[in-house]
Amino acid sequence: MSGDASNTGRRTDNRRSALRLAAVALAMFGFGWALIPLYDVICEITGLDGRTGVAQAASLPTQFDADRTVTVQFVANVNSALSWDFAPAVISMQVHPGKLYDTHYLARNRTAAAIVGRAVPNVAPNVAARYFNKTECFCFSEQSLAAGEQREMPVRFVVSRDLPPEVKVLTLSYTFYRAPENG
Amino acid sequence: MSSHTAHDEHHAHDDHHHGPEPGLMRWVYTTNHKDIGTLYMLFALLMFFVGGALAMGIRAELFQPGIQILEPELFNQFTTMHALIMVFGAVMPAWVGFANWQIPIMIGAPDMALPRMNNWSFWILPFAFTMLGMTFFIPGGAPAAGWTMYPPLVLQGGWNLAFMVFAVHLMGMSSIMGAINVIVTILNMRAPGMTLLRMPLFIWTWLITAFLLIAAMPVLAGAVTMLLTDRFFGTSFFNAAGGGDPVMFQHVFWFFGHPEVYIMILPAFGVVSQIIPTFARKPLFGYESMVYATASIAFLSFIVWAHHMFTVGMPLTGELFFMFTTMLIAVPTGVKVFNWVATMWRGAMTFETPMLFALAFVILFTIGGFSGLMLAIAPVDFQYHDTYFVVAHFHYVLVPGAVFALFAGAYYWLPKWTGHMYDEKLGQWHFWLSTISVNVLFFPQHFLGLAGMPRRIPDYAVQFADWNRISSLGGFAFGLSQLIFVYVVYKAIKGGEKATDRVWEGAHGLEWTLSSPPPYHSFNTPPKVTEAEAHS
Ligand SMILES: [Cu+2]
Repeated sequence: MSGDASNTGRRTDNRRSALRLAAVALAMFGFGWALIPLYDVICEITGLDGRTGVAQAASLPTQFDADRTVTVQFVANVNSALSWDFAPAVISMQVHPGKLYDTHYLARNRTAAAIVGRAVPNVAPNVAARYFNKTECFCFSEQSLAAGEQREMPVRFVVSRDLPPEVKVLTLSYTFYRAPENG
Repeated sequence: MSSHTAHDEHHAHDDHHHGPEPGLMRWVYTTNHKDIGTLYMLFALLMFFVGGALAMGIRAELFQPGIQILEPELFNQFTTMHALIMVFGAVMPAWVGFANWQIPIMIGAPDMALPRMNNWSFWILPFAFTMLGMTFFIPGGAPAAGWTMYPPLVLQGGWNLAFMVFAVHLMGMSSIMGAINVIVTILNMRAPGMTLLRMPLFIWTWLITAFLLIAAMPVLAGAVTMLLTDRFFGTSFFNAAGGGDPVMFQHVFWFFGHPEVYIMILPAFGVVSQIIPTFARKPLFGYESMVYATASIAFLSFIVWAHHMFTVGMPLTGELFFMFTTMLIAVPTGVKVFNWVATMWRGAMTFETPMLFALAFVILFTIGGFSGLMLAIAPVDFQYHDTYFVVAHFHYVLVPGAVFALFAGAYYWLPKWTGHMYDEKLGQWHFWLSTISVNVLFFPQHFLGLAGMPRRIPDYAVQFADWNRISSLGGFAFGLSQLIFVYVVYKAIKGGEKATDRVWEGAHGLEWTLSSPPPYHSFNTPPKVTEAEAHS
């Protein structure tokens, strides 16, 4: 075997290994991006970040648990970039798991210009989040308020009968953000 | 291949390359692993002093309560830039420099496997850091949201975000190319007889580090790209208003961030595993267990990331999982510390500067490991989170940890690199001053953190004044002591007592069979590696 041939052979080997490793690096770059949908899916399944469930009114069971009462508290926050007033109509309700309830929040645009806002819901404690289902909510879509406009924003929800028995109090909180301009 | 043809080939080769090209362009065009190693190390040393100067500014501001010399905005820029420069500009390039110099001469290869890419991966760095450093002079100043770049804060700064993101991209590309080169060199270029389990531990730890780099750096590149599009192109990855989640950034960042700490420390384990046997004049105790321990640390590093974010509101099962996996890392790390101590047991030890730095590494890194264990206890972390206790912890593992190992390795191989013995007396001065001052600098920060002083603040309550003053004094002393190192290196490059080939009486390994300094092209004819020379 001549030295030159073995050198060229080695060079080809090196190039092949390098390309393979570059492919691994590229795959890890892709994995970094894949973490985003993965994170969403995991949160959706487990309710880890306090994400609430969404339910179709028609698919709900008709029976409810009359013997059990849990407290649902309502909290409202407004991001500092949004000049709105925002508050729940009632600050807490006693509810039976399995029964559908209505309530609403009040939002008012303090400024002299129309603004689009978006509310992000969260339920605490985390373990209870996926048992809190909304059939109707202003948080499903962006809300636009004209200058100085005030509006009632309805929420219709049901607490699932599967709610773990140790949970006595649930807190539903909304944070209103200014919707991204081009989003 | 007969020895005759090997000899001929050697000659033919020498006709083409007599040595380095004359002049400055040698350094720009060089594809020689020794030149590139030198460039990396000098660049890292420069960055060490730039990052160090920022640290001096930080400690000067914290010398007493109140705002004296750094306005809060500038203070935050200093802390952010200090970290970015030290992590990506000093420690990581320094280790790549070591890899470039040492890997070929330790495995008996003529050069790195991909010399041209090697040139690229170095020369990207000065551009990256110029771009990053420039941000001090643009409107809005340098990045100031911490090196962890958490949104939403990081998205509220000025244009510096774009500069930082592109700089991180370049650094990432540089280290990925460096890592690919290391892996290909180690896997394809070993001399005959240099089997995987005969490789010196420095080679093993770098091989594993390179895999960590390839797996972790691209994830960081992805995360910072998302920051960029969130800030400038209207996406909402981390923007709650658009349906994103800022906590998600922390998950992605620390998925990179925890392996990153091992990227900085595994080569340190390797260097210390070379030095302790040399000066204990005994073979390394538990060679194979060292290899397996390194590999398990690398694996575990990918499943512990959320210990940096216990307070974000994780469910109990998550806290427990990350707490226990984190504590599990103490097992392979403990194996290593045990092996180092067992290597020294009944050894005929001498205490030259490299050994002193290696010993200090073992003790002080272990202290950093212990405070890490304390931080790993999830319920306790709620108290320590974002306090100076965390600052003390990671500075212990990075300064008397990684940086001391870099000094140890530099003193150990400096005679080989330059051909001259360094000034041992000055080396000892450098060691003792550094070791005393680094403890005065960082140990009090444990107390500050336990007492509740938050990190990343330019001003603090008066009850923290005493320990901060002591810490600052230690900081200034540590900073000044490092000038000794520069002088020692300068002196050894200029001249001095000629180093022998073996340099150290107890040294084993291929690099010591070469002359000091080694020829510009070494091991054009692969050496034969025997068990006796490999395991020492
Ligand atoms: Cu970590």
